[in-house]
Amino acid sequence: MAIEVRIPTILRSYTGGAKVVEGAGDTLNDLLTDLDSRHAGLKARLVTDAGALHRFVNVYVNDEDVRFLGALDAKLSDGDSVTVLPAVAGGAFGFAAAAAISQHRAATAAFSQRRATAASVAARRAAVAPR
Amino acid sequence: MLSIDRSIVEAIVAHARRDHPDEACGVVAGPVGGDTPTRHIPMDNAARSMTFYEFDSMEQLRVWREMDDRDEEPVVIYHSHTATEAYPSRTDVAFAGEPGAHYVLVSTREPDTEEIRSFRIVDGVVTEEPVRIVDAGVDPHAVQSYMFGQSPATVDYECSGS
Repeated sequence: MAIEVRIPTILRSYTGGAKVVEGAGDTLNDLLTDLDSRHAGLKARLVTDAGALHRFVNVYVNDEDVRFLGALDAKLSDGDSVTVLPAVAGGAFGFAAAAAISQHRAATAAFSQRRATAASVAARRAAVAPR
Repeated sequence: MLSIDRSIVEAIVAHARRDHPDEACGVVAGPVGGDTPTRHIPMDNAARSMTFYEFDSMEQLRVWREMDDRDEEPVVIYHSHTATEAYPSRTDVAFAGEPGAHYVLVSTREPDTEEIRSFRIVDGVVTEEPVRIVDAGVDPHAVQSYMFGQSPATVDYECSGS
């Protein structure tokens, strides 16, 4: 069962320079494990030690951000196309402070629906991560 | 060294001013391998914050696919700092995921002047580079015989450290 995976420039050192690789798996996590068997180290760049999707990357299944599809539990089917992009973010705020705030927001947002507020992006990303 | 057309710099500054005091962000695409920024794409700051910016993931997917279809790459990734200097923060460095891009920072903390600086950020290492603003409106062939005594068509903003 083949799933096409598009790899961004920064991670092509793991794929021998290939822009597109193929893999298999019923979920995103399975797919990344399968890819890691041939492209050792790739999964660690996408998934944190705690087992959550890394904040520095965006992963899409077809046209949808996997953070809205269950993140690493997102279901995959043969013929799906997975795209990995580096998340583009930053800003004047110190990283430690930004991380603390996003965790606080995640805790707050866990009890409410996703809202289109200034806080929502960072919060909902953390909020959907597996505990 | 980043060479960039004056009209694009002006568009970036206008975007940063428009969104001030929130941080503004965007991309300038250019042909793959050419290292020349040609197409300015202002992006939404999904964080809508004075101290943080983040591309909307769905807008980013659309724009990155469009670049792919046009054989372009993100030559410049820019954002503004609205109260601090135009130098990459630790957050900027942690997130920098396009090793081939020029990371351009604009500071809008002064109401009348802008600070524009460009950096390479590769494997967590920040290297500042000079910004050369090019006046494409001045055709070098058309004005060739009138160059005597004129100011040059390009301005080098020499930056320390590189």
